[in-house]
Amino acid sequence: MALLKLTSPHAHAAQNTGAVMRLVLLATIPGLLALTVFFGWGSLINILIAGTVAVCCEALVMRLRKRPVMFYLRDCSALVTAVLLGLALPPLAPWWVVVIGTGFAILIAKHLYGGLGYNPFNPAMVGYVVLLISFPVQMTAWATPLPLYPEGLSAPSFWESLQIVFPVLSPGNIDAVTAATPLDTFKHNSSLLVTQLYEKTPLFSQAHWAGLGWEWVNLGFLAGGILLLARRVFTWHAPVAMLSSLALCAALFYDSGSSASHGSPLMHLLSGGTMLGAFFIVTDPVTSATSNRGRLIYGALIGVLIFIIRSWGSYPDAVAFAVLLMNFAAPLIDNYTLPRTYGHTKSRRATKKKE
Amino acid sequence: MIQHPLIAALVALVGLAVIFGAVLGFAAIKFRVEGDPIVEQIDKLLPQTQCGQCGYPGCRPYAQAIADGDAINKCPPGGQTTINALAALLDVDAPTLDAEHGQESDIKKVAFIREDECIGCTKCIQACPVDAILGAAKQMHTVIASECTGCDLCVEPCPVDCIDMLPVPQGLADWKWEMPASSAEQVKALRPGNIIATDRGDRAA
Amino acid sequence: MRKIWDLVGGVHPPENKHQSVQQPIGRLPLPEKLVIPLNQHIGAPPKLVVNIGDEVLKGQVLAEPNGMVSVGVHAPTSGVISDISDYPIPHPSGMSARCITLIPDNYDRWIEHAGLDDFRACSPAKLLELIREAGIAGLGGAGFPAAVKLSARKPVSTLIINATECEPYITADDMLIRERAEDIVEGIRILAYILGDPEEVLIGIEDNKPEAYEALQPYLADTNIELVEFPTRYPSGGEKQLIQILTGKEVPSGGMPADIGIVCQNIGTTYAIQRAIRHGEPLISRVTTVTGRACTLNRNYQTLIGTPISHLLKHNGYDHHHCARLIMGGPMMGFTLTDMDVPVIKTTNCILAPSKEELPTPPPAQACIRCGMCAEACPASLLPQQLFWYAQSQNYERLEAHNLFDCIECGACSYVCPSNIPLVQYYRAAKGEIRKQAQEKIKSDRARARFEFQQARKAKEEAEKSAKREARKKAAAEARAKSGDPAATTDSQSDIVQAAMARAAEKQASPEAQKAKLERGVARAENHLQTVEQRLLAAEQDGNEQQVEQARAAVADARLRLDDALAKLQALETEGASTENKVMERLQASPNEALQKKIASLRERIAITEQKIAEADDEALETALQNGLDKQIGKLKEAEKQLAETPAGDAVLTPAGTTDAAAAAIAKAQARAAAMGNLSEEDKLRESIMSLEGRIEKAQAKLDEARASESEHVDALQTGLNKLQQKLLDNREKYFALTGQTIGSEEQPQDAASVAIARAQARAVELANMSEQDKLREAVNSLKGRLEKSRQKLRQAEAEGSEHVEALRTASEKLEAKLAAAEQQLAEYNA
Repeated sequence: MALLKLTSPHAHAAQNTGAVMRLVLLATIPGLLALTVFFGWGSLINILIAGTVAVCCEALVMRLRKRPVMFYLRDCSALVTAVLLGLALPPLAPWWVVVIGTGFAILIAKHLYGGLGYNPFNPAMVGYVVLLISFPVQMTAWATPLPLYPEGLSAPSFWESLQIVFPVLSPGNIDAVTAATPLDTFKHNSSLLVTQLYEKTPLFSQAHWAGLGWEWVNLGFLAGGILLLARRVFTWHAPVAMLSSLALCAALFYDSGSSASHGSPLMHLLSGGTMLGAFFIVTDPVTSATSNRGRLIYGALIGVLIFIIRSWGSYPDAVAFAVLLMNFAAPLIDNYTLPRTYGHTKSRRATKKKE
Repeated sequence: MIQHPLIAALVALVGLAVIFGAVLGFAAIKFRVEGDPIVEQIDKLLPQTQCGQCGYPGCRPYAQAIADGDAINKCPPGGQTTINALAALLDVDAPTLDAEHGQESDIKKVAFIREDECIGCTKCIQACPVDAILGAAKQMHTVIASECTGCDLCVEPCPVDCIDMLPVPQGLADWKWEMPASSAEQVKALRPGNIIATDRGDRAA
Repeated sequence: MRKIWDLVGGVHPPENKHQSVQQPIGRLPLPEKLVIPLNQHIGAPPKLVVNIGDEVLKGQVLAEPNGMVSVGVHAPTSGVISDISDYPIPHPSGMSARCITLIPDNYDRWIEHAGLDDFRACSPAKLLELIREAGIAGLGGAGFPAAVKLSARKPVSTLIINATECEPYITADDMLIRERAEDIVEGIRILAYILGDPEEVLIGIEDNKPEAYEALQPYLADTNIELVEFPTRYPSGGEKQLIQILTGKEVPSGGMPADIGIVCQNIGTTYAIQRAIRHGEPLISRVTTVTGRACTLNRNYQTLIGTPISHLLKHNGYDHHHCARLIMGGPMMGFTLTDMDVPVIKTTNCILAPSKEELPTPPPAQACIRCGMCAEACPASLLPQQLFWYAQSQNYERLEAHNLFDCIECGACSYVCPSNIPLVQYYRAAKGEIRKQAQEKIKSDRARARFEFQQARKAKEEAEKSAKREARKKAAAEARAKSGDPAATTDSQSDIVQAAMARAAEKQASPEAQKAKLERGVARAENHLQTVEQRLLAAEQDGNEQQVEQARAAVADARLRLDDALAKLQALETEGASTENKVMERLQASPNEALQKKIASLRERIAITEQKIAEADDEALETALQNGLDKQIGKLKEAEKQLAETPAGDAVLTPAGTTDAAAAAIAKAQARAAAMGNLSEEDKLRESIMSLEGRIEKAQAKLDEARASESEHVDALQTGLNKLQQKLLDNREKYFALTGQTIGSEEQPQDAASVAIARAQARAVELANMSEQDKLREAVNSLKGRLEKSRQKLRQAEAEGSEHVEALRTASEKLEAKLAAAEQQLAEYNA
C-alpha cells in the first residue's frame, strides 16, 4: 500500500466535537431532573419537540447544501441548541411556540450565517428572544411549582401534559396552572421589605435560599457546569466572571432588604436562568470571546447586563438579551484582549499592523 | 436692523460659515497628512512586470490610469490576487480578470536566450523594460534570470526566435505546504473507497 | 532545589517510550550503499570535494563547508563513490536533492585521525574550528550548524543541555545518556569551556527518564553542572519552552537564545562534539530510534548517516501491510516519508512506523467551534482558532498581527482539536505564502526601480541628443554665415561621396570576390533553409499550430532567399565569360606594365583579404577567406614569375612580339577560363563538403545531447543528421567524379594536409620576399582606404544627426594621424 503523505502532528487526542456535545447534553440532566420534579413534564416535552424539529431542520439544510447529512448530524450541535432552548422555554408552552423557536434558531440563527462555527449569535438565545418578543403571553406564563399547586388540583400527568402542549389531543381543554416566578415577584413588589416578602410569599417561605424549585433547578445546572469544567470542556473564566459580577451588582443594590431592593445576591444566583446561562449559554465558544482575558470581560459584562435588565428592564429575566448583546461585543473584546505571545513584551491589538 | 429675525439669522449663518471655513482651511494646511498619493499606492500593488499587457507602457502608467478611472482587471501577471488587493484599496467590488488582456498563469516564467542562435542584434535589449538582458552588438546576449520579470516583451522583437519563456524551476527552497482542503471538500471526498488525506489530493504514489 | 517555571499550555500525549528502551543501542550490518545528501543542515550547501569513482576512507571529507553557516559531510565508511546525483531526501516535500552515493568496501578503514587529550590546552576558537570541520549540525531537529550556535557574540551566562526528548516514541537521547553518560558530561565540559565557562550549566530532563537521570548523577558530583528534572509535558523540549521552564526568561520574538545570554545544545550534539574533540571523529553516525507497531523489534541503533530507511526497517521486522505511514521524527512534529529508500541524515532521531490502529488516518475535519482547547494547549500563547480563521480566509495581515511567526509548529493545537482540523498545516501554508509574497514584493520593488531607472536614463539620453543636435545646427548656420558660400561645403562633401562610391564600384568589379560572396550567400541561405525546416519539423511534432504556421512562413522565406542567391550567382557566372574580352584589351598594353599592374592589384587584394581574415569571427568564413587568399597568393607568384621572365629592358616591342604575346595570353586566358569552370565546380564541391562535415559534426553533438536529456526531438535530429550524411555522400561522389579521383576518403585528409603544407610554405616564402617598402606601401594603402571609409561614415552620421558623431570623428582623426605617420615612413624609406 502506498505510504500516506500527511502533515504533523500524527497523533490526536481522543476527543472529538461530537463527544464534547454529548457531554454537554449529559451535563444538562441534573437541571432537567430538577425542572421535571418541580415543574412537571413540560420541560421534557419541550426538549423532545425541540430536538425533533432541530434534527429535521439540520438534515434539511444539509440536504439543501448537498452535504452528507449523517456526518453533520453526528456532531450533535443541533441537539444541544434544541435542548438548551427547550430548557429555557416555560414548561408546558404550546407546541407551536417550541417549533417556531427551534426552527428559527437552527435555520435562521445558525445556518443562514454559515452553520456550526460561523454563527455570531447563540442560536438558542436568538430563538428564545424571538419567541419572547413575538409571544410575550405564552413566554411569561411559567408553570407553578408542583408543591404549590392549588388545593384540589393535582399535577398533570405526562399524558395530560402532552394534552396541554398539543390541545388537539384533548377532548376538553386542560389549562396549565401558572404562577409568578421569584423574579416576577420582586419586580412587582413595591411596598414590602424583603423579609416581609419572603414570609408572605409561599414561593419563598417554603424554599431554602431562593425561590421554591428554582433553587434546585439552578443548583442542578451548577452541578452540570462543574462536571463540564472538570472535564475541561470550557474554562472557568466566563461563567465565574458572570456569576461574580451578577452577585456583586446584586449586593450593591440589595439596599439592606428595603422595599426598593432588587433581591439578594443568592436570590439572583439561584433564580431564573442564571446557572443555565452561566454554564451552558455564556460558555458557548462559537459566540463568545476567544482569549481568557476576553472571556473574563465578556462574562462580567453579561452579569452586569443581566442585573440591569432584571432590575430596571421590562422583562423579568434577562440572560438571553444580555448574552445576545455581548455576542455583538465579542469581536471588539477580542480585538483588545489578544494574549501576550511568548517572546513579546506586551500584547498588541489585532487590528494594529506590524510596526 | 440687526433685530430683524431674517437678517440676524443670515448674519449669524454667514458669520459661522466664514469662521468654520477659516478654521477648516487652516487645519487643512496645518495638519496636512503627507500620505502616499493614490497612484503610488496602486503602483505598489501592481506586480511590476512592466509587461504592458494592460495596454499601458508599464505598471506606473497603468496605476495612473486606474487612478484616473480605468478598470482594475487588466493585469494578467498580477491575476486575481492583485485585482482583489486593488479592489480592497479602492473600495470597489473585485471583478474577474479581463480575458482580453491575457490569461493568468500560475507558472512564473523567465526569458532564456538560446545563445548559440543569438546573432547579437540587441533588439531584445532595447525591448527589455528592466534592463535584464546583457550583451552588445554582434555579441551574444543573455538574460539575468534573477532580474527578469517574465514580461514576454523580448520574445517578439527577436529576429531569429531564439528567446524562450521557460518556467522558473521549483526547487526545495521554493517548496511550501499547501493549504489543506476545506472541511466541506474533505467531507465530499468521504465516499466509500476514498481515503481522506489532509493534503489536497496529495496522496503519495 | 532549583525553581522550575511552568510550561504555558502543552499537552500530554501517550508517551510510548518503553517499547524502544528494552534493548541497548545496537549496531546494524553495513548496508549495500549509503546515500549521503549534501545539505543536511540549515544554511548553504557544502562544496563537493570528491568525484565519482573516488575511493574514500571512513571519516574522509566528501564536501566541505561553503561559507559561515554551512557544515561539511564525511564518508561514514570506506568505499567507492559510485554516483553524485539527485535522490529523494528526507524532507516533507518528498523532493530530491543532490546526494553522494557511497558503496562500502566492508573494510571500514578509518582515515587517520586523532583527538585531543586535553581540550583546555586548545583555544576555544580552535575547538570551534574542529567542531566545524567535524561537520556537526544540531542533532535535535532543525540541524543548525553547531559551531555557529556556539560562537555567540554576546557573553553567555547559561548553557542548557536539552535532554528533554519530549516527543512520544523517541528514546535516542535517553538511551545515549544511559549508556554514555560519562562522555556526555565531558562533552558538556567542552561546551562550557568554549563558551567561556558560563555561570550556569543546566541539563534539562523530563521526569519520565529516571534511568537517564540516575546514569548522569555520578558524573556530576564535583562539577557545577546542574541536572534539573521537571514534569513531563509536550513540548517542554522546544528550545524556547525549555529556556522558559528552566530560567523563566523568554527568547524575544524573532530573536535567538543567545540574545539573552543562553545557549542550548541537544544531548546528541553534545555527544557528537565530544567524539569530535576527544577522538577526532567527524559526525558520521547517530543514534536513531526505530519504533512503531508495524515493526516487530523496537530499538535504538548507532546508525551511519546515509543508511537507507529500508535497511533499518528490514532489520526490525517491518511489515508494510500494517503500516499506513512512515514518519521521520516523532508523532507530533515528524514528517511522513513517501519513499522507503531515503537515507538517515544528521537530524534523524527516529523512524516511526506505526500501525493503522496506532495512528489512524485522521477523519475529515469538522467546523471549528472555537472551543479554545487549542489556545489552552498553545505553548506560545497564540490564539490558534483565530489564526486558523484568518489562514482560511488568507488574511495575511491579520495573521501577522496575531503573531503567526511565533508559532513553533509543535502541533499541540492540532493534537487537541476536537474537530480534527490540521491547524499546523494551515499555519505552515500561510507562513510559506507570506514568505513568498515578501520575496515577490522585494522582486517587484527591484523591477520597479530598474524600470524607473531605465526610463530616466532614456529621457536623459534623449535630452542630451536633442541638445547636441541644436548646438550643431547652430554651429553649422554660423559657419555658413561666416564663409558666405553655402554651396562649397556641400560640394566637397558630394565629391568625397562620389569618390567613395566610385571606389566601391571598382571594388565590386572584381568578379572573383563577388562570386565568392555570392557563393557564401548561397551556402548561408541553404543553411538557413535547413534550420527553419528542422524547426518546422519540431513544431509539427509538438503540435503547436501557431509555431508550425510561423515555421512554414520562415521556410518559404528562406526558399525565396536561396532562389534569389542562386539566380545572382548564375548571372555572375555567365558574366564571367566576358572576362576573356577584358584580357584581350588588357593585352593591348605592354605586357610588362600589365603584369606590374596585375601584381599591384593582387597585392592589394591580398592585403584586404588578410585584414578580413583578421576581422572575421566566423570559422567558416575564415576558412573560405583563407582559401581565397591562398589562390590570390598563387596568382601573385605566377604573375611575378611572368614579370621576371619578360625582358625588363624591352622598351620597344615588335608588333610580332606583341601579337605573339597576345596570342599566348589569349590561349592562356582561354585555358584558364576553361579550367575555372572546372575548378570552380570542384572548389564549390570541396567547400560544400567541408561545410557539410562541420554541420554533421554539430548535428551529431546536438543529437547526443538530446539523447542524454531524453529530449523529444531526438527523432527529428536523427532524420536531419541522416539527410546531411546523405548529402555529404552525394557531394563526395560528385567531387570524385569531377576530379577523376578514385581514392578512398581515408587518403584524402593526408592529401589535403600536404596541399595545405605546401601552401603555407609558399606563403611564408612570399612574405619573406615582400620588401619592407612594399609592406609600408600596403599599410599606407589600407590606411587610406580605412580613412575614406571612416570619413564617409562620419558624413553619414552627421547627416543623420546620429549620437556616434563624436566617436567617429575621433576615429577618423586617429586614422589620419596614423596615415600621415605611415606616409612619412614610406617617404623616408624611399629616400
